Amino acid sequence: MSDHTSTIRLDGVEKSFGAVRALAGVTLAIAPGECLGLVGHNGAGKSTLMHLLAGTLSPSAGSISIGGETHSGGWTTAAAQTHGVRCVFQELSLCPNLTVAENARVLHASLRGIGWKARASALIMEKLNQIFPKHGIHADDEVADLAIGKRQMVEIARAFTVTEQPLSLVILDEPTSSLDAITAKQLLEHVKRETARGLSIILISHILGEVLSTAHRIVVMKDAKVVADKPGAKFSRDSLVEAMGSEHHTAKIAKAKAAQTAAREMVIETAGKSFHVGKGEIVGLAGLAANGQTAMLMRIFSGRECKVSAPIAFIAGDRQSDGIFNLWSIARNATVRSYGALSKRGLISLSKEAELAETWKEKLAIRTPDMENAILTLSGGNQQKTLFARALSSDAGIILMDDPMRGVDVGTKQEVYGLIHEQAAEGRSFVWYTTEFEELTHCDRVYVFRNGAVTAELLSDDLTEQRVLQASFAEKAA
Amino acid sequence: MINAKMLRQALPFLSLAVVLVATFIIQPRTMSYFGLNLMLQYAVPIALATIAQMFVITCNDLDLSIGPFVGLVSCIGATLLLDNPVMGVAALVALILVYAAVGGLIQARNLPSIVVTLGLAFIWLGIAVLILPSPGGKAPQWLKSLMALQTPIIPFPIIAAVVIGLVIQFALMKTSLGVIARGAGGNPVALTRAGWSMFKTKAILFGIAGFFGVLSGLSLLGLTTSGDAHIADRYTLYSIAGVILGGGNFIGGRVSPMGAVIGALTLALAGSFLIFLRISPDWQIGAQGAILIIVLALRALVTRGGQVAA
Amino acid sequence: MTRVTRLAREAWPWTFLAAFAVWLATITYTGGQGSGAILTAALSFATFSVIVGLGQMLVFTSGPGNVDLSIPATITLAGVVAMKVMDTDNARLLIGIAAALGAAFTVGLANYALIRVLRIPPIIATLSSSFLVLSTAISYGRGIRIKPPPLLADFATARIMGVPLVAIFTVILSIILAQILLRTVYGRSLLATGQNARAAWLSGLDPERTRLITYVASALLAGVAGLCLSGFSGGAALNMGEEFLLASIAVVVIGGTSVAGGKASVPGIWGAALFMYLLVSMLNTFGASAGIRLILTGVIIIAVIVAATRDTGGR
Repeated sequence: MSDHTSTIRLDGVEKSFGAVRALAGVTLAIAPGECLGLVGHNGAGKSTLMHLLAGTLSPSAGSISIGGETHSGGWTTAAAQTHGVRCVFQELSLCPNLTVAENARVLHASLRGIGWKARASALIMEKLNQIFPKHGIHADDEVADLAIGKRQMVEIARAFTVTEQPLSLVILDEPTSSLDAITAKQLLEHVKRETARGLSIILISHILGEVLSTAHRIVVMKDAKVVADKPGAKFSRDSLVEAMGSEHHTAKIAKAKAAQTAAREMVIETAGKSFHVGKGEIVGLAGLAANGQTAMLMRIFSGRECKVSAPIAFIAGDRQSDGIFNLWSIARNATVRSYGALSKRGLISLSKEAELAETWKEKLAIRTPDMENAILTLSGGNQQKTLFARALSSDAGIILMDDPMRGVDVGTKQEVYGLIHEQAAEGRSFVWYTTEFEELTHCDRVYVFRNGAVTAELLSDDLTEQRVLQASFAEKAA
Repeated sequence: MINAKMLRQALPFLSLAVVLVATFIIQPRTMSYFGLNLMLQYAVPIALATIAQMFVITCNDLDLSIGPFVGLVSCIGATLLLDNPVMGVAALVALILVYAAVGGLIQARNLPSIVVTLGLAFIWLGIAVLILPSPGGKAPQWLKSLMALQTPIIPFPIIAAVVIGLVIQFALMKTSLGVIARGAGGNPVALTRAGWSMFKTKAILFGIAGFFGVLSGLSLLGLTTSGDAHIADRYTLYSIAGVILGGGNFIGGRVSPMGAVIGALTLALAGSFLIFLRISPDWQIGAQGAILIIVLALRALVTRGGQVAA
Repeated sequence: MTRVTRLAREAWPWTFLAAFAVWLATITYTGGQGSGAILTAALSFATFSVIVGLGQMLVFTSGPGNVDLSIPATITLAGVVAMKVMDTDNARLLIGIAAALGAAFTVGLANYALIRVLRIPPIIATLSSSFLVLSTAISYGRGIRIKPPPLLADFATARIMGVPLVAIFTVILSIILAQILLRTVYGRSLLATGQNARAAWLSGLDPERTRLITYVASALLAGVAGLCLSGFSGGAALNMGEEFLLASIAVVVIGGTSVAGGKASVPGIWGAALFMYLLVSMLNTFGASAGIRLILTGVIIIAVIVAATRDTGGR
């Protein structure tokens, strides 16, 4: 595809966040009137790619060109707007306190002066009627009062509205995640109509059926790179799943120890008994991100609708929001779960505390000259080790892990895996949510989640990546 | 069909109605032109200060300096504005620009507005004390006559309050720029993504707050006829309470200009109401606190009821 | 990192340095005259800011935007209750103290209940409660000014070698509080909750209980300040708490406690309180007017917050 026929073109684009490489040299072009499907597992780099196109992030290296014009550094939100690039972000970007029409106004600077409200209402309602007939949304509805699905409809319709600036590319990031089957179908029909008229669309979705049925071309991303780029007709559901997974893990991984679930003493049991964890067992929670795994961990942690018979410790994956105390030293971050054991007559023993921190520095090989240094002086992987130290040094019999290996290097991972097996053998139970297939092979048993419910329970002997993916992806929108 | 949201919006008006009716019942003589005029005259400066606070709250900040600012304006009005109107107006305009600059600074450096405006409160008070070390000066004649205006049938304070409320209501809730102002509180990220500058937005909102602070100070001066640095120290608390009573939220860009004015009127009335009840004036502020708590409790009840129903 | 560089990164050594510099400038101007008297006065007056500042510090530390606006009203209430119950009688001293602290305790409890039950921000909860508390104090304390019992007045004004007894007592209180922050589960919970309440909960701590204790402690400290103040100044006055609203916030911010929560500095409260008082007395000595003093205070607060925010933002 030559430059002048493509709407927008990325050349060797890279993006790093600290030590984490989110995009490692991506080259991609979209032609006018093309619908490009973009698929990949969580963390493959799809969202980063989209933020780069929208101008909300700027690339660490490489260039973005549009209509033959190259922008290496100056690709900003404003530039994206004037060139008619629009995004429907996964986290909604509507103002909840404004009405539907007012949110249309926020996107269009030209909607002002006398009668702006009538024009804004007409604009957004026309688009809503066009894409989602019988949507039941009024221009005066406050967004906060709309159900999540209707909000998503408004956000999508808004992205397709045109006033002064042209519209050349619309990026839809998981647009159907909150839509029902009928509205999802309406959207896909609209995508087909718009591309037929010459608009370019990038469709990012976990629902493979809709990508296969809609996209002219499908790009598969994995580990921050493009690993496949073929016309949509050349893919089948199975070949897509295969392209997303890693070949050497598709084979069943033999495991030395055969865990007998039935024989174990139960430490966690849900009200419906559909979910249980035995003493010393490592139970994996699989499936696509945000399909109810973290919610399950929270349910166990707060003891809602389930019976828990041992103290619990939690290891966060989202370190910033759930784990790290930024202002504290490494030692304090490591010992915060153990105050009971460290206290005598209501006072925490500082020497015992330092001792405990030192012990776990050794055990987990936390790389720092001094545990009294600030936690933020550590690399992400070592911060994560500190969170492991926090949980493992405590009196907890159950350890909940919320995808704790995000952004952790391979060496660290291996050390931690070993420790988990060791601790499980000593009778600690682990409930391990992970988005990486390889980690599931360390589990005795795996529950696969989709849309908040368990769709499969796999014993380690039956575990293959194919089976996990099959259970994770819906055939079509629910 | 009455839903929780409508109930919530009606709450400020109901609160005012309850206080007003109670006052009339206890002291029927207040149900006259002069009675209302007397009870509500201070509602105008309080309402204006509340509007100023509301613009700051719209963008998720809080202004702890509005009270001393109103006091400073009254001092400038009673001295510089009287002696040298050109310089006086220039000084007031400069103050508004400082307000806008502070808004910009808070956004640009991501500062906690509570602390910055606390510092500002000291500065306003300091300047005011420099201008007028002890209460004094004289209000310009035009201000005095304006505030003593005898409007036909309906007393001036009521007309003024309603006009202020309606104008701001229109500007913030109905115009295209008002949408951006509220959007800045609702979802700043979305606003930035759509290409708006949060820096400009916040500077303008603070500037508008400064403008209404000036109006509040001048109207207060018209009533008291002399300046005093400390005259409006309570206004900081009143203005916050007024916005909240009027149905505003601290965050999320949810404010109601008409509600804020109503809230200010309710607070102003509550004082008189207690005097008529022959409860000692000691309980005046207490009653304001109690009203605030009752309204907030009712609001929490309504909101929770709405959640249960939904 | 060496001890010295670590120390230099804290705010509190600078507050003491600033206080010392201001004192030096003052006595240089006076030619050394009254240098001791200035210090004694500074200790006396700064002590009251420190007592309420410690309470405000705990509240600030409990999370971003948390502030206790009911401190002035609580000071007044405690002072009034104490004076009335004691009724100038030494024998009724203890029961008076108990009544004053009991009143303060109730205010703290009410503040927390409002925040928790009505789900309103602390600033508005403590604001509304302060209205009620102040009215209660005004109404209860109506009439003639009652003198403190001689014993309380003696305690509040006594000096040991020029050092006010109340200051010594407050230093001890500060040390205890610093130990509580460092070595008790409450202290650690407070610091953790202030940094990240969710992470604190997930680490097995109890943020709600922590907040309850915090608001009660802040009110109790305001109560203690009210007791000492009424002893010091010959009785309770209805406006005795007023100046402590801004003062309590100012000493906390200048002393290096984080407005965003999770970081408290007890010595910083002392440094800041001494600095603020000595600054005022320096400006007095130089003949600066009240206006200049206020403006300078405001400029310092804004400058400190701008500098402090850049510090954390740059990292």
